[in-house]
Amino acid sequence: MTPLAGYLLVAALLFAIGLAGALTRRNAILVLIGVELMLNAANLNLIAFWRYGPHPEALTGMMFAIFSIAVAAAEAAVGLGLVISVHRHAQTADLDQMNRMKG
Amino acid sequence: MSIAFWIIATLTVVAALAAVLLRNLVHCALSLSLTFAGLAVLFLQLDAQFAGFAQILVYVGAVAILVVFAILLTRSSETPKDGGVFSPTWLAGLAVAAAVFATVAGAIVYSVNGLPNAQAVPSVTVLQIGQALMSRYVLPLEIVALLLTAATIGAVIIAMHEKPATKIGGAK
Repeated sequence: MTPLAGYLLVAALLFAIGLAGALTRRNAILVLIGVELMLNAANLNLIAFWRYGPHPEALTGMMFAIFSIAVAAAEAAVGLGLVISVHRHAQTADLDQMNRMKG
Repeated sequence: MSIAFWIIATLTVVAALAAVLLRNLVHCALSLSLTFAGLAVLFLQLDAQFAGFAQILVYVGAVAILVVFAILLTRSSETPKDGGVFSPTWLAGLAVAAAVFATVAGAIVYSVNGLPNAQAVPSVTVLQIGQALMSRYVLPLEIVALLLTAATIGAVIIAMHEKPATKIGGAK
């Protein structure tokens, strides 16, 4: 197995774990944790392709990963703020109990 | 493949599994920060020093702390009394995740690897990254700055405690 395939397999495994967590857990914060895991798996793919790609001095994959990290940080802040706001409104963070959109 | 890669990869995947499977949410957050640290070490192994240290600063330093704060503020570290921590349709979610992993892993295993740069180590300094950020990627950098400002203000406004105002339409 080539080194690139090893990194890609680890990234695929992390993505699948994050997807399983986002789809199966009941708590809203755990769903956000799963989304973060999926974003990180994508970042690992970007860095691996940058490292083993033809022109690493062009820095394209590295820049994509850095911007992706910044956007993921913004997403985490807004998502957790939403969870706190919904918890204040519904007194629960359980997604199975949040089954209506009307306040 | 070096032995260090397999050790770090196993540690990262086991920590990710623990972050998704554990019952106590504080333990989940700690496992999540361990996963982020393992990913940062993987970035360092890929000769991407800047991305590795940015990963440690942003994820281990900021996002993990945010998650812990949200867990403590919503008091969801206690496990729910009724039923488990998994949703009733967990089998379907697990099947979807397994199908996605099988598809991606099959594509990786059966692909032709023709990437030329397997041996040469790219020598990229932080100076080059900074110059690229300030010249070629300056417009995305400014947009990210605007996005971070807007997201911070938005998160504060969303999570701010609102006064019990009179509702339009009347609450039942």
